[in-house]
Amino acid sequence: MTFWILAPIMVAAALGILFVRKAVHAALLLAVVMMGLAVLYAVLEAPFLFAVQIIVYTGAILMLFLFVLMLVGVDASDSVVETIKGQRALATILGLILGLVLVTGLSQVTLGTAVGLEEANTGGNIEQLANILFSRYVFAFEATSALLITAAVGAMVLAHRERLTPKATQASMAAQRMRDYAESGKHLGPLAAPGVYARHNAVDTPALLPDGTPSESSVSRVLAARGVVRSAPALADDIDEVQRQLGHDPATQDVPVEEDPR
Amino acid sequence: MTQYVVLSAILFTIGCIGVLTRRNAIVVFMCIELMLNACNLALVAFAKQHGNLDGQIAAFFVMVVAAAEVVIGLAIIMTIFRTRRSASVDDASLLKY
Repeated sequence: MTFWILAPIMVAAALGILFVRKAVHAALLLAVVMMGLAVLYAVLEAPFLFAVQIIVYTGAILMLFLFVLMLVGVDASDSVVETIKGQRALATILGLILGLVLVTGLSQVTLGTAVGLEEANTGGNIEQLANILFSRYVFAFEATSALLITAAVGAMVLAHRERLTPKATQASMAAQRMRDYAESGKHLGPLAAPGVYARHNAVDTPALLPDGTPSESSVSRVLAARGVVRSAPALADDIDEVQRQLGHDPATQDVPVEEDPR
Repeated sequence: MTQYVVLSAILFTIGCIGVLTRRNAIVVFMCIELMLNACNLALVAFAKQHGNLDGQIAAFFVMVVAAAEVVIGLAIIMTIFRTRRSASVDDASLLKY
């Protein structure tokens, strides 16, 4: 029963990995598949693998994927350019043929009644796994420990970056700022804070300069790139409305409303 | 028990198609993980079928190897991304020429 509920969900999530554009969504769909697999392990009398699947796969490996996605950039989406002509269609067709062959072949096999693991699991699944792991598979186990050490050292070597320039100290950064001011007149002080108004004090509202134009440096560049910065005309409408509510006529006020360049 | 093996074959096929069609190296890597997981499911299903824990041990070793592989693979992807600002498998093609 569990199988027939989980299997469609898992297949749908796995198919989703093929079709979603963003890598983050693919990672989350993979998490769905892995959790489904963990439950299936529990159904198949493998409680140890159930825990390991959740802890190691969903907990560690998928989080590693998400970390790397954050480092690489969430919007590193797939390109649709084909370097080999017709490769995508051919790969899909061949993959479907592989799946068809596998599924038809396997569904013609009769496996007979399952022996079940009651006998093998006497004394507990984890204890029995430990018995086998530390007797018959002890050399494989030792080899995996060497593999894990090698992997950890290899990851450190690959991720290491030699520092080519000396680290910027606070004094050198201050001197650089002064040089910038002398050469290009770049503002010395900190950036302007976002606008704080009666109706809006969110970070997406630009501060207004004395001449009424919005100050681009007062909102985060990330928000500007996403295009969620509130435009100055919308802000001016808000101000007009407040003034109307207060009984002032906005037309008599000298509020310059400039067209937002964004 | 057959249905578990069939599901495992389906997941393996989906992972296979993903490796062949997707261009983002990280998504390709996820599809490899999907294939490894599908194999694990078959191993655990056969362990129950035969009443033998060796299949579960094999699945356990696959998980350990997959963990080591992910660490190294993602480190390589990071290194390539650092030098060429791209995570696409098509961009790392200098060895071709």
